[in-house]
Amino acid sequence: MTAITFAKAFRRHVDCPDDNVDGATVGDALDDYFTRHPAVRSYVLDDEGSLRRHVTVFVDGDQVDHRCGPATAVGDSSVIHLFQALSGG
Amino acid sequence: MSDILIGTRKGLFRYRNSAVELVDFLGIPVTVVLRDPRDGRIHAALDHGHFGIKLHRSDDDGATFTEASAPVYPPRPGDETDPVRGDDVPWSTSLIWALEAGHPDDAGALWCGTIPGGLFRSTDRGDSWELVRSLWDDPSRTNWFGGGYDFPGIHSVSIDPSRPETVLVGISCGGAWRSDDLGATWSVTKGMIADYMPPENAEDPTIQDPHRLARCAAAPDVVWCQHHSGMFKSTDGGSSWIEIRDVAPSTFGFAVAAHPKDPETAWFVPAISDEVRVPVDGRMVVTRTRDGGRSFDAIGAGLPADNAWHLVYRHGLDVDETGERLALGSTTGSLWVSEDGGDQFSEVSNDLPPIACVRFV
Repeated sequence: MTAITFAKAFRRHVDCPDDNVDGATVGDALDDYFTRHPAVRSYVLDDEGSLRRHVTVFVDGDQVDHRCGPATAVGDSSVIHLFQALSGG
Repeated sequence: MSDILIGTRKGLFRYRNSAVELVDFLGIPVTVVLRDPRDGRIHAALDHGHFGIKLHRSDDDGATFTEASAPVYPPRPGDETDPVRGDDVPWSTSLIWALEAGHPDDAGALWCGTIPGGLFRSTDRGDSWELVRSLWDDPSRTNWFGGGYDFPGIHSVSIDPSRPETVLVGISCGGAWRSDDLGATWSVTKGMIADYMPPENAEDPTIQDPHRLARCAAAPDVVWCQHHSGMFKSTDGGSSWIEIRDVAPSTFGFAVAAHPKDPETAWFVPAISDEVRVPVDGRMVVTRTRDGGRSFDAIGAGLPADNAWHLVYRHGLDVDETGERLALGSTTGSLWVSEDGGDQFSEVSNDLPPIACVRFV
């Protein structure tokens, strides 16, 4: 199982509890999470299913490259953190 | 007396009983808001930025909101790129820029304009949305481009009260388009002139930047347009446009409102120019015609006359159903209201977040 946890910026807008999910890659793990918590999908992915430009994913502390992020391998005890970019205004 | 809903950079507010109150979404940009007059449901479009656009709705006059379906584009064909920049054209809603109720005879219908240029229609009061492919698939879409945003957007959707199947939409920058069959087919309207293009392209109807369209409800063939390059008027339901020239202090601006009963009366909010988007001489005014556009007066007693550097966005001006009450909201967070068609304004607040839209409800 892989643990997924969201930064508080997400939690303000949508119910996205920490959860443990299945999947050998980031993409699979997120898919499993979205199956359990479907309202969260549109906050992380755009209409085309791509990671939103200003959402960042870390696996065990390493930031995932957006272009190949979904294919990034995760292990049984991995932790996926989702954060948002910082912005002005 | 009707309320005013105020969508701002940091939440949805309301002017009710002579006071401003927070409705919801504190800290979140509210790009457009609609209260459907047929059922009272309030629809609020949010731009979370990082987390995308969302639609929320309230069936209890704004006391509580729930997230509803947002317009979602169908899958993008793999080969569509911007013809100039070579970027992928996003088939993904980046902003909700127009929300309108359908004609009273068009039960349950809602229209939604978006960036990157798609028009969506709901037939179930917003439970689901479908991209209007007839417009999105028009071959001219490759000519459209963004104005102020990277991609084009639909900001005006005007239903003809006298013809339930007639819809006029404004696209920045893709011209104004009319459908007489509820969106099954479209024709681009003619007569606008773009001075931001080479002379040979200036009259191309598919690259025009109408900033805002406003129709007279009682005489729906009369439509006013504030365009990037000036002011225009149509007397044939938007099919063709005539430029209105020589209006002091400026013909540049974003907002326009049409009197709901008097087709001779409309209001615009001028700024210096494309390059300098502030009031001329720092004096905030509204320009009003009462003779069909032949002449205009710069009015606005009660608006700040010195060192006023406000801009009013395209949804920042509204008139109520009587034609007497005006609401004017600026990007610097000021809101003014007039009770007499603009002869006299009173200041409601100088302390709101930047205002995107005001709407009498």
